[in-house]
Amino acid sequence: MAQLAKTGNEAMAEAMRQINPDVVAAYPITPATEVVMIFSQFVADGLVDTEYVAVESEHSAMSACVGAAAAGARVMTGTSSQGLQLMSEILPIATALRLPIVLCDVNRALSGPINIHCDHSDTMAVRDFGWVQIFSENAQEAYDNTLQAIKIAEDKRLRLPTMATTDGFIISHCMEKIETLDDNVVKEYVGEYQTINSVLDIDKPITLGSLDLQDYYFEHRMAMADAMKHAKEVIVEVGKDFGKRFGRSYDLIEGYKLDDAEIALVALGSTCGTARAVIDELREKGVKAGLLKIRVFRPFPAEEIVKALSKVKAAAIMDRSDTLSAQGGQVFTEIRSALFDANPKPLLTNYIYGLGGREISLDDIRKIFAEQKGIADSGKLKEIIQYFGVRQGG
Amino acid sequence: MKKNMNWKELMHGDALPAGTAEEFQTGDWRSERPIWHKEKCINCYFCWINCPDSSILLDENKKVAGIDYKHCKGCGICAKECPVKEPKAITMETERR
Repeated sequence: MAQLAKTGNEAMAEAMRQINPDVVAAYPITPATEVVMIFSQFVADGLVDTEYVAVESEHSAMSACVGAAAAGARVMTGTSSQGLQLMSEILPIATALRLPIVLCDVNRALSGPINIHCDHSDTMAVRDFGWVQIFSENAQEAYDNTLQAIKIAEDKRLRLPTMATTDGFIISHCMEKIETLDDNVVKEYVGEYQTINSVLDIDKPITLGSLDLQDYYFEHRMAMADAMKHAKEVIVEVGKDFGKRFGRSYDLIEGYKLDDAEIALVALGSTCGTARAVIDELREKGVKAGLLKIRVFRPFPAEEIVKALSKVKAAAIMDRSDTLSAQGGQVFTEIRSALFDANPKPLLTNYIYGLGGREISLDDIRKIFAEQKGIADSGKLKEIIQYFGVRQGG
Repeated sequence: MKKNMNWKELMHGDALPAGTAEEFQTGDWRSERPIWHKEKCINCYFCWINCPDSSILLDENKKVAGIDYKHCKGCGICAKECPVKEPKAITMETERR
């Protein structure tokens, strides 16, 4: 075990080196460029056995990943924002063919207007493609989640592609102290890749990706939905096992000082770190504030979230992305729907925040908690969907 | 392959056993039908190698033996490529049902 100073991108590239996948097909895009750039250096230096396919676009990158995975290879790639969008035609094909591709995704705003900084709109846009989506709070989690993504994706009950995400620049480019595992420990942990179907297996020839019309498409979609149901138990198992082996446990969600909390903030990714600092401060003043971190957004841990929020009076649901037209952001619509049948349930406010990398400061979180305290005390909601931190005209 | 399988009976990951195209009778699509004239055939295999649906039948001695009408889509490539002087060893006729 080594303690190193690494950025989120370096942490993900390091995990990829230790995983030593058979094939990586990738195209660079800010802020994820470094993930595959550093990895390509490992390839050039002969530190991995990977076949690196330098393609001409992300559409080709994901297509090459699908081809390689269909041939029976362990496959990884990395991308962000517009790159993820360009992949999006191929993303659900990886799901349908049940190819356990692992994607290191760095969350970045979608064009337009063009922007390179963090929000979650790219990852949220592909949330219904049957990929497992894991959000990281910091560089350590970026490393740990990349390793676990291999175990999750390749589990025989699942065989679903998985994306481990970080927040653009906030995690991807900030250097933190992280603990990495020894190379041989990772090798033993991820194990030998187990092929189920291979189009190159002449002893068991198969047809893959044939036309699937009115008579069978629906059944295949059902099988995908069922695999996603199993995903929860697999992710929980893998997270617990990771903790047993290496001392850092993971779950679908994580509560911080939530057990006796009256007011809570629900967030994904790097904002959770900021919230923890404010919660510590509020606790010292006797305010019962807590955090609910959503680590896994797909599959959506509805029951777990309902249970975690059952005793909370008021909660701020933080959406670092916007639907522009739905009843709030993607996280809010899911959580509010999950709580529909719950009794009692907290009063929910949606804060759409941080779009295009707009900073979310300690003071911002203090303001949000102050508003939640008011709602909890009065029992009355204010504005349910708020665009937090945008300059409003008079 | 079993018909109308439920979703639990499907092969993993949208895969199928190989060679299932044989079960799909594309002969239904035909609007023109190739007719093979044994007496004109010189066994050059031009039709056999050009047929996109592997629908030129060979006998046990590897001689041309006719057309697989279950799969022939009636594209006419065999008749077009037949090198025999007119009238050729394969000619096309309108399909009647």
